[in-house]
Amino acid sequence: MLSIIIITVITYFIASKGLSTFFKNGINLFDFLFGTQWKPEHDTTPLFGAFPFIFGSFSVTILAVLLSTPLSVGAAIFMAEISPKWGAKFLQPVIELLIGIPSVVYGFIGLSIIVPFIRNTFGGMGFSLASGMIVLAIMILPTITSVSYDALKSLPSGLKDASYALGATRWQTIYRVLIPTALPNILTGIVLGMARAFGEALAVQMVIGNVQRLPSSILDSVSTLTSILTLEMSNTIAGTTYNNALWSMALILLLMSFVFIMIIRILGKGSKLNER
Amino acid sequence: MVTCNNISLDQKDIAIETRDLNIYYGSKHAIKNLSMQIKKLDITAFIGPSGCGKSTYLRALNRMNDLIPITKTTGKILFDGININDKNVDLATIRQKIGMVWQKPNPFNKSIYENIVFALKYYGIRQKQILDEIVEDSLRKVALWDEVKDRLHKSALALSGGQQQRLCIARAIATKPEILLLDEPTSALDPISSGKIEELLFELKQDYTIIIVTHNMQQAGRISSYTAFFLLGDLIEYDETNVIFTNPVVDKTNDYIMGRFG
Repeated sequence: MLSIIIITVITYFIASKGLSTFFKNGINLFDFLFGTQWKPEHDTTPLFGAFPFIFGSFSVTILAVLLSTPLSVGAAIFMAEISPKWGAKFLQPVIELLIGIPSVVYGFIGLSIIVPFIRNTFGGMGFSLASGMIVLAIMILPTITSVSYDALKSLPSGLKDASYALGATRWQTIYRVLIPTALPNILTGIVLGMARAFGEALAVQMVIGNVQRLPSSILDSVSTLTSILTLEMSNTIAGTTYNNALWSMALILLLMSFVFIMIIRILGKGSKLNER
Repeated sequence: MVTCNNISLDQKDIAIETRDLNIYYGSKHAIKNLSMQIKKLDITAFIGPSGCGKSTYLRALNRMNDLIPITKTTGKILFDGININDKNVDLATIRQKIGMVWQKPNPFNKSIYENIVFALKYYGIRQKQILDEIVEDSLRKVALWDEVKDRLHKSALALSGGQQQRLCIARAIATKPEILLLDEPTSALDPISSGKIEELLFELKQDYTIIIVTHNMQQAGRISSYTAFFLLGDLIEYDETNVIFTNPVVDKTNDYIMGRFG
């Protein structure tokens, strides 16, 4: 009950601030979502085009998930099926530990290892979409691994027996029976990882460069919704258009997290239907 | 331990045979020096209290115990003239020829059709026409065809428990096995579904050798020709079913059948 009240209040608060950009300050919603110029403090014609940040958030999230998913699902398969002894005794505690590491630590690792690596290998600044992608991929790896591991572990053992008894090899059993059956739950893990990546501010901000324009390659510096929010929120005065525009970005983040939760709910429902 | 094994068959009538088979679960000696012959194209029932080793023995016959790392199996399992308890045999071939069905129906989370052709694809059968034929044939053999022919491509998990179990049997016979191992196939089903499965097994014994583990004495009595009574890893008594149920030699067999322990 309390949590419902808190969520309602947060949503109302962010929505009232975020929407006043469009209703009170008269910024066009379309210009906000798709404009590419972000000049909030320009004296005569301030521009509030948040598209580079929206694009930055989505691209870094999607790239991170694309990089992380094969590694995580592979790790989960290894832990659950190929080496269960190792998996349960050693890898699972490690993965659980990794989930608990604060994001600033990941950011710092990114800053001191990944950024120089990108700079030395591919040239450029090093602060880039690629660095953000790698840091986020490492960050969400334990989340996806852990959920996928649980999904594989919770499959009825009869399935595996049935597949082996029909003469399937271990690989055929994993690939044709276990993964398809656990897929809804594995996807839930991926979406959870996505939600975490989308909402992450600090680690991303430390390595991504925070240049306010659209990137032309993954070696370019970019900004995300979250990095702009953390960087600029404290420089603005409450009630100004600039401040409200930042609230609008927060509203986008909130709505996206609702979308992620909805996807997870739908996936969960799907997997329950299948169990019947 | 008093034991009595009265079954000695001609070589041509033996479907599978074990000689001095020992199975260890870690330090537990689960099956002790077990030698027995199983009659071809007939039904043999394994009975005995829980933990007596009958399921362990059954699982050994198609090497399913290999999946449990702590088990060790020694001795010979002779099938088609070769010892299949040998690390050089091809498990896929063995398991194709010796199918298995479990207590709890375990269809894959796929369509009815996909469940049956699952293994066939690994044996390299790709032509749709042949696959279709095998699906229909297998489903007819388990008397499920008429119930599901209109929804072959719907999820197998939407079937009832009894239908799922018959599907699992169909899936096992789709690979054209010689032996079917059934581990309490009806104990999770209602009486009507159980009855259907029993009738079905009776039909299937014309084409397959059937070995069934059961806790249901009446079931063993009704459907099997031979019965083996297990206790604490030993084969206590093995004889024709009517002998076991009317005139057992060993007192313990009699006690178990009369329900005095177990």
